[in-house]
Amino acid sequence: MSKDMSYEAVMARKNEIMKRAIGIDYEKFESSGITFDYEKMMRETGYTLQDIQKIQGETGVGNTPIYELKNLTKLARKLAPKGKGARIFVKDEASNASGSYKARRAATSVYHAKKMGYKGVIAATSGNYGAAVASQAAMRGLKCIIVQECYDSRGVGQPEIIEKARKCEAYGAEVLQLTVGPELFYTFLKLLEETGYFNASLYTPFGIAGVETLGYEIAMQFREKEGRDPDVVVATNAGGGNLTGTARGLIKAGADDVKVVGASVNLKGLHMASDTQFNRKSFTTGHTGFGIPFATWPDRSDVPRSAARALRYMDRYVTVNQGEVFYITEALAQLEGLERGPAGNTSLAAAFSIAQEMDEDKMILVQETEYTGAGKHIQPQLSFAKENGVKVVIGNPEDEIPGENIVLPEHPKLIKARDIDLNKLRKSYIKNCVNTTKINKVTEKDIEFLSEDTKSNIDFVKILLSELGVQY
Amino acid sequence: MEKAKKGDWVRIYNVVLEPENRAPQVPDDTKKVPLEMWVKGFLLNDEAKKGEEVEVETYIGRKVKGELIEINPYYDHDFGKCVPELLYIGRQLRGILEDGEYDE
Repeated sequence: MSKDMSYEAVMARKNEIMKRAIGIDYEKFESSGITFDYEKMMRETGYTLQDIQKIQGETGVGNTPIYELKNLTKLARKLAPKGKGARIFVKDEASNASGSYKARRAATSVYHAKKMGYKGVIAATSGNYGAAVASQAAMRGLKCIIVQECYDSRGVGQPEIIEKARKCEAYGAEVLQLTVGPELFYTFLKLLEETGYFNASLYTPFGIAGVETLGYEIAMQFREKEGRDPDVVVATNAGGGNLTGTARGLIKAGADDVKVVGASVNLKGLHMASDTQFNRKSFTTGHTGFGIPFATWPDRSDVPRSAARALRYMDRYVTVNQGEVFYITEALAQLEGLERGPAGNTSLAAAFSIAQEMDEDKMILVQETEYTGAGKHIQPQLSFAKENGVKVVIGNPEDEIPGENIVLPEHPKLIKARDIDLNKLRKSYIKNCVNTTKINKVTEKDIEFLSEDTKSNIDFVKILLSELGVQY
Repeated sequence: MEKAKKGDWVRIYNVVLEPENRAPQVPDDTKKVPLEMWVKGFLLNDEAKKGEEVEVETYIGRKVKGELIEINPYYDHDFGKCVPELLYIGRQLRGILEDGEYDE
């Protein structure tokens, strides 16, 4: 009588469970082969920008201030060659209802869940998104479950994740905490099946469309204050939704010339599903452990087609090191009077370096900040790192080895945004596409889709397909 | 030993997957250990001691069974110990801005 709840059986019911939990028939947007109609999906399942502004306005989300970071700009100019050093700005997303830009993503999902008659929402997240969903659910009167990857097998959890659990519980959510492993998804599916709640996935069109208001506001606020758009916008990149939504919002505002740069913390060498390495990283989000796999295969997310497709919109992708982000977080507090959480400052560390490449009359914007507090602050994070055998030293960031040490730069001139080869990521994405679909012949439409999804061109895609032995 | 009574706010623990049932793609170190779970709720049993199997009602009203491990669970995260390594940063930055280091 009762259903088979084994790992294999539940995973096999994935599609059926998801259909009920999201209410999107993804097959509608798919054609044979590789292509799917991304824009149609965004149009037909999302909301207009104006709808979203209204939805977000009802629950204390959006219209966050932009600060010019005058002292950090001054500092960057002292370190840069003469005539270089763009003005640095930051969009203070910490002032959203739940303390981060993620409230934008949650607002639309929770609104939609309520409208569709779901009794509750579920999200799998150890980060700011959980707090955002819990906060929005509280405002809209829905029940909420947050599933967290929280502890290693010793029962040790990072203070940042524990703080997120506290915040979610403060909003009346149930927080289900798990040890390390991709089977979090299995638990997530079981909960969706048991409760019949809505999957407030980060990767639905609702979640991504929710961030479009962020990009749109950036353009509007700059035009009002500075008379033009910023030259560069830097977004911390993990699953890709932050960058995707922001870039789409900029495009909707007509800010086509803005360069969109992704930034992640370099966690090279650390396996994300490893029990022993779990607590040897000091960043739970915004790092290459998410940034690279999601950029090169967005559909690995918890929905059949991810609406977060960072490669489509990224003009440049850089990494910074953990120690550099902790340093710049301290600098933001000390020089600008803004105490904010480190993960969001990943893009600030990158922007501080990139500003030094740009002319003085240019403007660079960091598009988010996040709240900070006990647990979620550089001090507890560095204390925790030390307790777990990670050395904290002052020196040259080039000597940082993720999981072994955190190197606070001995001088701000050592903070460097290091470029990731975008063509390499594009190739890897196309390879993943071919391997997953097991296709050996593609259509012209597929080629067009691949070139759009990688922001490359037809020739680039064709050359690579030939190398992979795929016919067209 | 302290007993929890019906309605007390408690934390329970469960094994979701034993090591042999874990997903095939997990790394070797993770495969050696079970997938464990923790959740909090109001105790539904009349009374129970730590270590006993109990049932709770979570804050949103879901019923979950597991081993009772904590009564009135508390958050023990804080602002961390002093990290002396951070103390140079503000003074260094103010020094650079004030002294005109790197000014030509």
